[in-house]
Amino acid sequence: MATTNTVAKLKVDPAAARREGSSLWADALRNILRSTNARIGLFLIGCLVLIALLAPVLAPYPPNTSMLSIDGYTGTGRLPGKPPCIHLFGCPTDQPQHLMGLDLNARDNFSRVLYGARISLFIGLSSVTLAISIGTLLGLISGYFGGWVDTVIMRFMDVLLAFPSLLLAIAIATFLGRGLDKALLAIAIVSIPAYARLARASVLSVRENDYITAERALGAGDWRILFGHIFPNSITPLIVQGTLSIGTAVLDAAALSFLGVGSQPPDAEWGFMLSEARNSVFAQPYLVFYPGLAIMLTVLAFNLLGDGMRDALDPKLNRF
Amino acid sequence: MLQFILRRLIFSIPVLIGILIVTFLLTRLIPGDPCRAMYGERATKELCDAFLAREGLDQPIWSQFSLYAGRVLSGDFGESIRFQRPVSNILAERLPTTVELTLAAITFAVVLGIPLGIISAYRRNSPLDFGTMLFANVGVSMPVFWLGLMLAYIFAVALGDTPFALPPSGRLPAGLTPTPFYVEWGWAESEQAASGLLIFFGRLYGLNAMLTGDPNLFFQSLRHLLLPAIAVGTIPMAIIARMTRSSVLETLGQDYVRTARAKGVRELFVVMNHAVRNALLPVVTIIGLNFGLLISGAVLTETIFSLSGIGRTLVEGITARDYTLVQGFTLFIAIAFVVINMLTDVLYGYLDPRIRQGS
Repeated sequence: MATTNTVAKLKVDPAAARREGSSLWADALRNILRSTNARIGLFLIGCLVLIALLAPVLAPYPPNTSMLSIDGYTGTGRLPGKPPCIHLFGCPTDQPQHLMGLDLNARDNFSRVLYGARISLFIGLSSVTLAISIGTLLGLISGYFGGWVDTVIMRFMDVLLAFPSLLLAIAIATFLGRGLDKALLAIAIVSIPAYARLARASVLSVRENDYITAERALGAGDWRILFGHIFPNSITPLIVQGTLSIGTAVLDAAALSFLGVGSQPPDAEWGFMLSEARNSVFAQPYLVFYPGLAIMLTVLAFNLLGDGMRDALDPKLNRF
Repeated sequence: MLQFILRRLIFSIPVLIGILIVTFLLTRLIPGDPCRAMYGERATKELCDAFLAREGLDQPIWSQFSLYAGRVLSGDFGESIRFQRPVSNILAERLPTTVELTLAAITFAVVLGIPLGIISAYRRNSPLDFGTMLFANVGVSMPVFWLGLMLAYIFAVALGDTPFALPPSGRLPAGLTPTPFYVEWGWAESEQAASGLLIFFGRLYGLNAMLTGDPNLFFQSLRHLLLPAIAVGTIPMAIIARMTRSSVLETLGQDYVRTARAKGVRELFVVMNHAVRNALLPVVTIIGLNFGLLISGAVLTETIFSLSGIGRTLVEGITARDYTLVQGFTLFIAIAFVVINMLTDVLYGYLDPRIRQGS
């Protein structure tokens, strides 16, 4: 009887067990999803990713093709810079629909804005990934080994931080030569110091913990301790900073393209589209409005998600 | 305090040397033959030989660097390929426009950002707080060049026939040429005969108008400055508003604020003299750190509003691949950035004794 009672006591609610046994990442995700900012950010990013993936399906025309060169195109009047034509808002139905008008080369602006999501997301994600990889490695080495290695690496990071980041990116991109790849590299270089500092600070706080001492006593090598124990425990602030930096990277890439050192013709990149249309802003404001709005929403999405992640994962960081 | 300033000055020296090294290395990033890259089709053998000798490119890299550092320290930033003039002269000419723009932008950012942050913190979770923070979030996400273009369209075209119309380009209306204050005061016969510092202050049109007592010039220069200043100042304003809100929220929860309220001190006095006064300390740092944003904003905005400042000249240099100019301007801005950060630290140390004692 006593045995039966004990067994009955040991029976646990499976749902509660699942909750208790949930992983660190599942908990983190649950915390993130509690934040309204993060939910809005995730929703916007989800839309952007879908637009980027489905651009060939959603776009009514190829992004780099002029309407003047499309056989059977029925649009009339002066095509370059043509205002938006939306049938729902009274545009004649015999005219082809162009939700955001035609650009100065008579290309469909809506299709170009949709395709622009691909370039912006690519440059934002890849430049931040590159910067996180290099910055984290430098920060881990600097914090773990200390001494002259630390001094050399961190003083160099201080020097990079002494420049206004966009200005340094402009200078590097100018000297490397024009092109999206050079712009991506320039943005990554100027972002490295932030990650190096964060990773170093995390190492300094983690490396004196007992479990690291125990691992060392068991004979583990430096690299095993660094990448097997210290790195996984330092990753949270890096992820938060990385998410916040994607927005900045998108903004910087647009600025470089706007100045002519990033994307080159005929790329459908939002900053470059703004640059092409800037002289006609008084006559065709829609050519400037939509690409700018797309940049703003993308940056806003990553900023909101980053803010939400910071609140959920790393409440110790400054909140402003 | 003096010891704190001296220590801060000494700490800046390695950073300044590092800046020199980075700007020196920038020219080494140019792919291929640097002379051909710099001069393009104009690169003759004689020109390239002279260029190699002047830059010391036929010598070891450390002697090239010492040559470069020596030139920079004597105020020689090289000769612009596009303008065929010393970069330092171009810099001195164009600097007043950028200084005026950044000062106007930071004034806009502070005058709007701090009150918005205070009100938002005081009315936490109210629709006003929500609206302000939404505005701040949107503000930091906006590309400055897009905002500039949209402001130009709204105020020059959409509101063109209303009293709110504002000019979208230039620093003054066509035909209005200001007389520099030093000429009016008889200190110099003309701009050509004046010293560099006088020319600099004379080209700050707002200041010049005040010194010469010319209200029309002041009004016109202010009208022309408004749109670019709003464009450049919006992102810093959003950041300042967010920082002020967060900082005021923290101080409003402090014991000394509760004590002041318990003593029956008037609410406005509690907020302004106890909470806000202490909350504004970190905001000072944020304002100083925003200088980088202001300069980057100026680079992008001056082109849009046709302002001949260092930003627009830098963009022209980029387009013309004028590497000497880009290098010289980058170096100057980085040095200015370090100096302003240092001044911010000193000011922060002055305002908060814990900082100077702690360091």
